[in-house]
Amino acid sequence: MRTGICIFMAAFIALGASWCGFVLAPMLQLGGAKQTVILQSADNWPQQRTGEATLGLQVYRAYGCAACHTEQVRQTGAAFEVTLTSLGTQKAADFKDFIKSLMVVPDLATSSNSIVGSLDKWNGELPKTLYSGDDGDVASALADHLKPVGVKTETRIIATGPDIARGWGSRQSVAADYLYDAPVQLGSLRAGPDLANIGVRAPDANWQWQHLYAPKSTTPNSTMPSFKFLFEVRAVGAAPSPDALKLAGAFAPAAGFEVVPKPEAKELAAYLLSLKANVPLYEAPFTPVTLAK
Amino acid sequence: MNPTENKSSCANEIDASLRVPLLALFGGAALWLVVGLVLGLIAGIKFHAPEFLSACPLLTYGRVAPAANDAILYGFCIPAALGVMLWIFARLSQMPLALPLVPVVAANLWHLGVLVGLGGILLGESTGHPWLEFPRAAAVLLFAAFMLIAVSAAATFGWRKERTLYPSHWFMFAALLWFPWIYSTANLFLNSNKVPRGVVQSIIGWWFANNLVFVWLALVGVGIAFYLLPKIAGRALANSGYAQFAFLTLILFGTWCGVPVGAPVPAWLPALSSAAAALTIVPLLAILIITIKTVCGACVSCKGGPFCFVKFGMMSFILSGILYISAACPQYSRVLEFTWFGVAQTQLQLLGFAAMILFGAIYELLPQVMGKPLPFPKFAKAHFFITMIGVLLFVVPLLIAGVEQGMKLHSGAAFADANAVALKFLRVSTTGQLLVLLGALLFAANLLVMAIQWKLGVIKCVIAYIKSPLEASETPATTEVKS
Ligand code: HEC
Repeated sequence: MRTGICIFMAAFIALGASWCGFVLAPMLQLGGAKQTVILQSADNWPQQRTGEATLGLQVYRAYGCAACHTEQVRQTGAAFEVTLTSLGTQKAADFKDFIKSLMVVPDLATSSNSIVGSLDKWNGELPKTLYSGDDGDVASALADHLKPVGVKTETRIIATGPDIARGWGSRQSVAADYLYDAPVQLGSLRAGPDLANIGVRAPDANWQWQHLYAPKSTTPNSTMPSFKFLFEVRAVGAAPSPDALKLAGAFAPAAGFEVVPKPEAKELAAYLLSLKANVPLYEAPFTPVTLAK
Repeated sequence: MNPTENKSSCANEIDASLRVPLLALFGGAALWLVVGLVLGLIAGIKFHAPEFLSACPLLTYGRVAPAANDAILYGFCIPAALGVMLWIFARLSQMPLALPLVPVVAANLWHLGVLVGLGGILLGESTGHPWLEFPRAAAVLLFAAFMLIAVSAAATFGWRKERTLYPSHWFMFAALLWFPWIYSTANLFLNSNKVPRGVVQSIIGWWFANNLVFVWLALVGVGIAFYLLPKIAGRALANSGYAQFAFLTLILFGTWCGVPVGAPVPAWLPALSSAAAALTIVPLLAILIITIKTVCGACVSCKGGPFCFVKFGMMSFILSGILYISAACPQYSRVLEFTWFGVAQTQLQLLGFAAMILFGAIYELLPQVMGKPLPFPKFAKAHFFITMIGVLLFVVPLLIAGVEQGMKLHSGAAFADANAVALKFLRVSTTGQLLVLLGALLFAANLLVMAIQWKLGVIKCVIAYIKSPLEASETPATTEVKS
């Protein structure tokens, strides 16, 4: 450290190393990222947004929604569930005995108490959860052993964690989710709820408009500022606009007037509705709940 | 260190060469500080009254909040730090500022850049990347201005008469290299027509933000403190062996921090960042030891003077560093991420550490450079106590809010509950913001009155100069008689 050159070199090397690590390496690793395949499906993820939603992303950026909202869901772990859906030709009592005999298998030994215990008072109704816990190996071993016997089981993977419990998503966010975002706005403060899946939670554009126009009209204690300037209050013409907000009480405009979203509000809502990271991926697996079941 | 600066005619020459550049840098900086704190206050009030100014798209929360941060960092901290660095470089080099006109031009360019940048954010032209919100035109101006000042500083450094290098030199010299590199990288990647795909943007953004808000501010803040503390205490910097160690470990480990633990990116990135953050405790401890050993037992009664500012700044630095490190620790991060905790840490770094040290340095150097005492010395003292209380009132409640909100969110509580917990604390922290703003007004008053006095002085001189030949020609007889 006796000459300027020494300091320059030290600083150059230190910063250069981190530049290679955090700028160059991620560019090489992820810069050429492409769509990935959705698990158990032939579809790709993510899909390019519609033009309107792409414009909406810029509206989201311009008004700085990311100052209060994150767009990333965390997951702390995963739970596995093996459910018996059909006994085939077996009888319930025989099946119980079979399960007991299975418990000597080393893969299952650790969870034998809970599996056998759950069958204690069972008298044959279906579906019946045989295993529920965080050990994926036990779940798959159990399913494997039951397959040859002719009963039908279903294994589900469920992401866990406070964010998932609050209904903010069905799995954690992963790098692939943001492939088409420019800028990517992950956000760092949750002064408002996470929006990574707002398109799943609130899929109605009218609701989104109303919430943006007057957050307190949908959520009485809301601390979100209103974005009234994205809307136009105008005299009802010959026919009321189909887009007019359905506002009640103190939020409704004066008689003879209607509130209609400006293009920016429509784009923003289209973007919000496009936010749904609800498909299973290799790096974030889960079993989607299908309503048809 | 404690360079043996001979108080000869050379010192006067040095001060004279710095007068205009420093006034240009500090004057604008003081204004931006007030602007930034006012914007921050507006943003803060919105949490108590969401409809406050909500009809105006320019002042919507998502624009004022980043504008406030940028005004404080780019508007105040950086130009003020550059000014102080120029002074220290000239002092340590024992020679007048090289190319003194260059920093004057640069200061104006810089402040123009901040104006364009803030205007851009308020008009919706933000890039959307934290700490890099300024649109392209502003970024070009800032970069050019920084390079000009760096050239002047490097020239002063290169042509120095006093060849010895002091610890302050290392820190400040590294800072001159740091900013152009990170700022150009971040802008070329994130603020260009073709941005990288997906989360690479966020990764580069975190790298930049960490290197600016954590490393760069640490480099200049500690560099300035390592010059001022021994100088005011009238003794050498204690343990200068540690200083070299602290410098090297700070730049080696510090630059790798910044990627949040649970981020949706390849797992090696956050893992590396957490490890680096844990190691950053090493330079923090070294800097703490040096500071304590230098300060303790020094016979300086500071009573709100520059020494107090710098001491408080260093305390905040250590505290903010510890908070930063703990937030990067995976166990705590799960609770603390996405909460007000991070905001509190940043504000402590900006206002408690960087701004405090800069205030102290400016109060110390300005009377010397201008050759006359501060117009309102009482204001300066009041500024210290008000800002100290203000920063604590601002930051501590936010920290608690962050922890409480985090525990609620982590336990799976509904969002509204977690938000309600935090709001109680935000009430107090807004009071803190108000106090910090009050302090900044006192600071700006001192600075602007000094600048105006100086300008009036210059104008008087010029008038006298214009008049003098006239008088001379009108009354040649008297002149002859006198001579
Ligand atoms: C000052 C902070 C703040 C800003 C800025 C902000 N929001 Fe919010 N947002 C909140 C809060 C608090 C809530 C929760 C209360 C509510 O639902 O209104 C919320 C809720 C929401 C919800 C409903 C979420 C849910 O789970 O029901 C959506 C959608 C939303 N905001 C979109 C936006 C958009 C789009 C913007 C930018 C134009 C924005 N917000 C800006 C604070 C903010």
